Amino acid sequence: MKPTDPAITWLEEKPLGLAERLYLPLFVQGLAITARHMVSRKVTVNYPEVRPTVGNPLIYRGVHRLNRDDAGRVKCVACFLCATACPAHCIDIVAAESPWPDREKYPESFAIDELRCIFCGMCEEACPVDAIELTSLLDLTGKSREEMVFDKEKLLSVYDMTKDAEPMKSKTLAAQGMATIGHGGGAGHGHATGGHA
Amino acid sequence: MQFLPSPAALAALVKIALLVGGLMTAAAYLVLLERWIAAWVQDRRGPNRVGIPLTKIRLFGLGQPLADGLKIILKEDFTPGHVDRVLYNAAPLVILAASLAIFAAIPFGSVLPPLGIAGLPDPVPFLVAPGLDVGVLWVFALSSIAVYGVLLGGWASNNKYGFLGGLRSSAQLVAYEIPLGLGLLGVVLAAGSLKLDAIITAQAKTGVWYALAQPLGFIVFLVASFAEAARLPFDLPEAEQELVGGYHTEYSGIKLLLFLVAEFLHMVTAAFLIVILFLGGWHLWGVTGASDDIGWVQALLRFAILSAKILAVIVFFMLVRWSWPRFRFDQLMSLAWKVMLPLGLVNLVTVAAVEEYRPALEAALGPGTARAVAVALPWAACLVGWIVAGVFTPSGTDNTPILARDPLDVERGIAAGELPLAETAGSR
Repeated sequence: MKPTDPAITWLEEKPLGLAERLYLPLFVQGLAITARHMVSRKVTVNYPEVRPTVGNPLIYRGVHRLNRDDAGRVKCVACFLCATACPAHCIDIVAAESPWPDREKYPESFAIDELRCIFCGMCEEACPVDAIELTSLLDLTGKSREEMVFDKEKLLSVYDMTKDAEPMKSKTLAAQGMATIGHGGGAGHGHATGGHA
Repeated sequence: MQFLPSPAALAALVKIALLVGGLMTAAAYLVLLERWIAAWVQDRRGPNRVGIPLTKIRLFGLGQPLADGLKIILKEDFTPGHVDRVLYNAAPLVILAASLAIFAAIPFGSVLPPLGIAGLPDPVPFLVAPGLDVGVLWVFALSSIAVYGVLLGGWASNNKYGFLGGLRSSAQLVAYEIPLGLGLLGVVLAAGSLKLDAIITAQAKTGVWYALAQPLGFIVFLVASFAEAARLPFDLPEAEQELVGGYHTEYSGIKLLLFLVAEFLHMVTAAFLIVILFLGGWHLWGVTGASDDIGWVQALLRFAILSAKILAVIVFFMLVRWSWPRFRFDQLMSLAWKVMLPLGLVNLVTVAAVEEYRPALEAALGPGTARAVAVALPWAACLVGWIVAGVFTPSGTDNTPILARDPLDVERGIAAGELPLAETAGSR
C-alpha cells in the first residue's frame, strides 16, 4: 500500500497545550499513578500459604474429575466424544461392555495425561452425560510423568474429594434454572454461569 | 616502626574499606529495592521469600541479594569466539574501577569529632581524599572514564546490539555531560569551591540549598544525571526491548555482574551529587548546624541525614523508571541540545549576575531583602526559561512518510491539493 493510497486515513495528533508542552501535567500524572500503585492492594498472593480465590468454580478449568451417578458408579458411557473433541489428544479410553443394564458400554480404563492437557474444557463441553468435568483445583504437581497420567480411579477420587465443595455442574445449573440438563446443555454452561462470577 | 603506614594512610585505608564494602552492599540491596519497587508499582508483592540461608526465617526477602549474587557468580562465564579478548575482559574492570574511584572525592558524611590521635588531622572528615581541591573535577573526569567501559564493552563484543548500545551510549553521555557541567557550574560559582564538602558547608552556612537558589540548574542537573546514569526514561544504551542488553549483550556471569554493579553505582553517584550539590548534603534546617566543631551524636546525625536524602533520591530514580516511557533517540538529543543546554546557560548567567551584584544588593536593600531577591530572581528565570523552552522547542518529529520520491510529484500533489500531508512530512 502506497502512502498516497486514499484508503489510508492519516490521523493528526491534537496540538499540545501550554501545560503539556511544559511537560508538567505528564510529570505529575506519571508520578501520581506509580505512587498510587505503590501503596495499593496487591493482586498477587503469597501462594502456598495463601490460596488464590477462584472467581467462579463453575467456569474455572482446573484438574479433571469423573463424576459418579447416584449409585456411586462412574457416569461415563465410553462414547469417546471427549477423546474426539480433545485437541491435545490427551484422553485415552478403553471401552468394555457395561455390566449394568442402563447403558451399553462403560470405560474399562479412562486415562487423562494431565501434562498434555491444555485445559480448554472441550471434553466437558462434548460430554453428553456430564461425566467429565473440570474442577477448580489449580495446583497440579507430580514428581514423574507417569504420575501425571490420571487413571479412572484417580479421576473418580478427584470427584470424591471435590464433590462437596463443587457439586456436579449439571445439578447446580438445574437448581439455578439456568440451563437444561443433557442435550445441548453443554454449550450454555459457560455463558449461563458467566454472570455469576 | 617506619614499616608501619602512617596514621593518615591507615585512616584512608579504613575509609576505603568502609566505603567499598558499604557501596557493594548498597548496590546489592538496591537491586532488591529496585525489584521491590518494580513489583509494588505493578501491584505485585515482589521477592519476599529468601531469608537467612538454611533456615526458614524469611525476613521479608532480605536474603535475596545473597541468592542473586551467588547465582550470577556461579553461572558460566562464557566468552564468545568473535570478541576482542583483551578489550572484552578489560571493559568491566574499567567501568567498575572508575565507578568506585569516583567515591574518593565524595563526602559520605560530615566530620568525626576530634579523636586526638597523633598524625591524624582533626577533625577526621568522612572523605577518602580530604585534601583534593578539584573534587568535582575528579568526579566528572572519572565518570567520563566510566563511559569508556561501556564503549569498550560494546566495541569488543563485536555484536550489532553491542555496537548500537555503545554508539548510543557515547552520543548520549557526551551530549548530557554539557548540561550536567552547566548545572554544576552554577553551584561552583555560588559556593566558590570545587570541593564537595565545601559546597555542602556553603549551603549549611546560608541555609539556602542550591535547589532553592538555582531551581533551573537543579532541573537541568537532575535530567542530565538521569541520562548520565542511563536510567529510564533515558536508558537507550541498554534498551532491552530494542537492543537485547545493549553494550553488555555478550557478557555473562561475573563480568555481567561487574557491569550491573557499576550501573547501580552510577545511580548512587548521581544521587550523591544531586544531594550534595543541590539538596544541602548533610544539612537539615534546625537539626544540623554548619560548624565543624561537633560531637558524636551530631556526626552520626549528619551521616544519617545524608544517607536518608540519598535513599530518597534513589527511590525517586526508581519510581521514575516506572512512570515514564523511554525517549526516542532523536527526542533525547533534541532535549539535550535544544532545551537543556540553553536552560543551563540561562541558569549560569542568572547565578553569575546574582553573585556579582549580591554585595551591592545587600548594601542597598539590607541582608534579608537581598537574600529574598537573590532567590526570587533565579526562580523568575526558571519560570520564564521553562515556558520559553516549552513553547518554542519542537515537541517532536513527524513520522508520516515523505509521500513521493520524485520531487516533481510532491509539487504536483501540493498544487492539486491531493497531498495535504506533504508539508508536514519531515521535521516539524
